Amino acid sequence: MADLKATAGQSGRSLAFFFVHVARMARLTGLSLIWIFVAPFKGKKLRWGVTFVQMVRIGVESVPIVGVISFCVGLIIAMQAADQLEKFGATIYVADLVSVTMCRELGPLITAIIVAGRSGSAIAAEIGTMKVSEEIDALQTMALNPIGFLVVPRLLAMMIVVPCLTILSDFVGIAGGFVLALTNLKLAFIAYFNETAGALYAKDFITGLVKSFFFAIIIAQVGAYQGFNVSGGAEGVGKSTTTAVVVSIFLVIFADLMFTMLFYSTL
Amino acid sequence: MNEPIIKIRDLHTSYGKRKILKGINLDIYPYETLVILGRSGCGKSTLLRHIIGLNAPDRGEIIMKDVDVTKASEEKRDEILKRIGMLFQNGALFNSMSVGENVALPLLEHTPQDKSIIKIMMRMKLNIVGLSGFEDFMPSQLSGGMKKRAALARAIAMDPDILFCDEPSAGLDPIVAAGIDQLILKLKTALRMTIVVVTHEMASVFMIADRVCLMHDGEIKFLGSREEMKKSTIPYVMQFLERRPDEDRLDPENYLEELVA
Repeated sequence: MADLKATAGQSGRSLAFFFVHVARMARLTGLSLIWIFVAPFKGKKLRWGVTFVQMVRIGVESVPIVGVISFCVGLIIAMQAADQLEKFGATIYVADLVSVTMCRELGPLITAIIVAGRSGSAIAAEIGTMKVSEEIDALQTMALNPIGFLVVPRLLAMMIVVPCLTILSDFVGIAGGFVLALTNLKLAFIAYFNETAGALYAKDFITGLVKSFFFAIIIAQVGAYQGFNVSGGAEGVGKSTTTAVVVSIFLVIFADLMFTMLFYSTL
Repeated sequence: MNEPIIKIRDLHTSYGKRKILKGINLDIYPYETLVILGRSGCGKSTLLRHIIGLNAPDRGEIIMKDVDVTKASEEKRDEILKRIGMLFQNGALFNSMSVGENVALPLLEHTPQDKSIIKIMMRMKLNIVGLSGFEDFMPSQLSGGMKKRAALARAIAMDPDILFCDEPSAGLDPIVAAGIDQLILKLKTALRMTIVVVTHEMASVFMIADRVCLMHDGEIKFLGSREEMKKSTIPYVMQFLERRPDEDRLDPENYLEELVA
């Protein structure tokens, strides 16, 4: 009985903590978005200089890795698809499969996962270290809001850069399919191109970008929230950084599920 | 004496169930140097964090320049914060910025001045703390004492009315620590500031304090001048001055019970 009570108490507490985290993160996101969309009209400047630095760090510097991985993934889908479609003599449909999958799902998802690993963790570590060394407190005593000063430039940079990276990922992934089609499958360039162009609708492309925009918000906010939540020195920073990556990848995939249900289910 | 610049009334706070501050009443007057003294964990740093609005109390008031900082709106509090400077225990310089950028940051953010003027002001502040020529150094390239000096330059960047220092000599050797104390004294006369220092160093107390506030266990045990403190007959003050450790109370029976429980 005592055991049962303890277990119930433990899980109840975990559940309560979970909701506390969700509520706090929602609050942080709300405040950040207010800083971006409302505060500038009240005379509080957005920090474009820092934002630009972050855009380079989050965006430009991950172009090579996003490119290489997307190319490989495009190639992989093409090979797997070709293997199945060959049975029906329909290898030309590789074009449809690769382009639609990349634009709707894999482009946004791969980009988000790479950015979460590279930059979500960096945001958590950076803010976490600042928290531990009292730099966040110092900001506050200088009447500088940590959200406006630290979170907003990173969030803004993410919101701009992640959709751009997603576009890159879409195109490079499709290019991967092209390479396989032209070399291994011996398909004509123009036939494959026409098939790709015919298979893609604006909706595929745009829903992917809409998703990636929200993924960007998730990654930046989870990173920032975990950073602010650090306690207990260097070990705490490490823990929060790991948590930031795990939680943001989970939330990205969960959000992807929700969006796919919204955009493509027959409901 | 004139009207206090900071009035603290019946301040209570707790972490979880543990009470940290148990009804603090304290007046801080303009242009004085008040040292809040006490051993580690007595609540002195917590008190300081409450005064500068980093923590919110359970109940009580902190009135700084006629505004209750515990209840003020964000705008009002920001206005007050712009008029105070804070030296953190480890400096809390922004590691991603150079020393010069650190000192210039509050000026850049809160004053409409041109960048070239801010640069001159930044150099002046660094000069006051004896760090001219170090503006392009990163905080990680400085020694502990220099970091504190740089942090002090940042704290006085906006020419504050009140300067708060959290353990200014912690982690420094006696000579460098004395240098920091001297610097605080120099700033006091040069810039006419009210200074509130939290420390456990008796040496600092006798060097810089106009008044001393001795805290123990979340309460103020003594408040008065240095001389009054030396003459005080309050047991805890005497224990503090004589650096006498707590007496070990060994109770064999309790000890046995604690072990078995």
